Amino acid sequence: MVTQIIQYFQTNSGEYWQEVGQHLFLSFSSLTIALIIALPVGYLGSKNRGVAIFCESFAQILRIIPSLAFLFILIPFIGTGIGPALIALVVLALPPLVVNTILGFNEVPVDLEEVGLSLGMTNGQLLKQISLPLALPFILNGIKLALVEVIASASLATYIGAGGLGQLIMTGLGLYKMQYIVIGGVSVALLSLIAMFIFDLIIKKVRNDDQRNY
Amino acid sequence: MTNEIIKFNHVKKNFGKNEVIPDITFSINQGEFVTVLGSSGSGKTTTLKMINGLEQPTTGEIVVNGKDLKNTNLVDLRRHIGYVVQSIGLFPHMTIAQNIAITPKLLGWKQEKISSRVGELLEMVGLHNADFAKRYPAQLSGGQQQRVGVARALATNPPIMLFDEPFSALDAITRQKLQVEVKKLHQQLKEKTFFFVTHDINEALYLGDRVMVMNRGKIEQFASAQEVVNHPASEYVKNLIDTVRTNQKLWEGLK
Repeated sequence: MVTQIIQYFQTNSGEYWQEVGQHLFLSFSSLTIALIIALPVGYLGSKNRGVAIFCESFAQILRIIPSLAFLFILIPFIGTGIGPALIALVVLALPPLVVNTILGFNEVPVDLEEVGLSLGMTNGQLLKQISLPLALPFILNGIKLALVEVIASASLATYIGAGGLGQLIMTGLGLYKMQYIVIGGVSVALLSLIAMFIFDLIIKKVRNDDQRNY
Repeated sequence: MTNEIIKFNHVKKNFGKNEVIPDITFSINQGEFVTVLGSSGSGKTTTLKMINGLEQPTTGEIVVNGKDLKNTNLVDLRRHIGYVVQSIGLFPHMTIAQNIAITPKLLGWKQEKISSRVGELLEMVGLHNADFAKRYPAQLSGGQQQRVGVARALATNPPIMLFDEPFSALDAITRQKLQVEVKKLHQQLKEKTFFFVTHDINEALYLGDRVMVMNRGKIEQFASAQEVVNHPASEYVKNLIDTVRTNQKLWEGLK
């Protein structure tokens, strides 16, 4: 097995890195798109009860539907390829992002917002200087959860033809070559772990800068 | 020459169906130290928040510094009204210097002017040690934090200062010290109008040039401390004064 794995890397390392690259590209672009949607929606949700309830029920429903099922449900509507895979991954990344953004903004004490306004801040200045920095640790936590979810789910995106490390796993299953499955699976797990580790570091740093836990 | 700096004209305030303030009218002269005394739910904080536009009146007219609040840019108004609250409200992610510099920065002051003003203010509120500026709020005691709160409110040298029960959460000794200092501050900074909300009757009588006693959204009496003590205008004020007398008896009994 080990020799087979080494052999694979000796002959196919170009292909392997291309798949890793594709996997990361899929994960990060869907995360970015999801962030662009989730931040404003989350901010609105913290201001408006109705929006918050809608977002939370939406997140609950998505949690019930398995990622794989979700990818297939989309095929009749938007076909296969990278586009549909991106859409599916964005939708999967949204719940943790939105829920944590709402939580983060809700954690900003009303008192502090009132003081900010009283000192003569406009709503925009209040958001930029006070609310966003104080909500940031929660938002980063949401990004971490979303990223892990997206990296794992991106391997399923192969099923609708979007490439990535899922390709390796699928090939391995098809040709009954265990080493492919191991390489693909371990790589996805490693990517998730690294992402989680990096974000934990960032969150820790932000919290320390906050001086909140003195 | 007296100059009316804050004027309420038949102001009424509802929160939903709840009538908090049915109808109040009063005016405050420039340079006065006015304390507002009332129990919770008396509408005193609401009255204070209407002065800087955090709350808008349901009906009635409010004039602050010669401007009708209905046609005033509130953001600009607030930059020239100091605001100190019970919860202190220092921003935990900013240093003391940054906290004090907020409004000057919003007004676009130059960096050197801001730094020298921060130093001057820290000195004024009795935080002499130079390294306070670089600390974070959580590293200060409650009393020190509220000193910074006062310094921040004074940053742009506003003509009006609003205090919303600023010392209620502090221990008795710190509170009394700060009361003395605020009174001194008011005497030093001539022509500044202080509007100070409290539920502590001793604090209200000690600090105020005039005391406004509020109950259930109505002004029961608005007069000098002496007048309030010697000639209570209503049953409520009389009861309030009597609580102090009862306390006095307790003290004498303990002697």
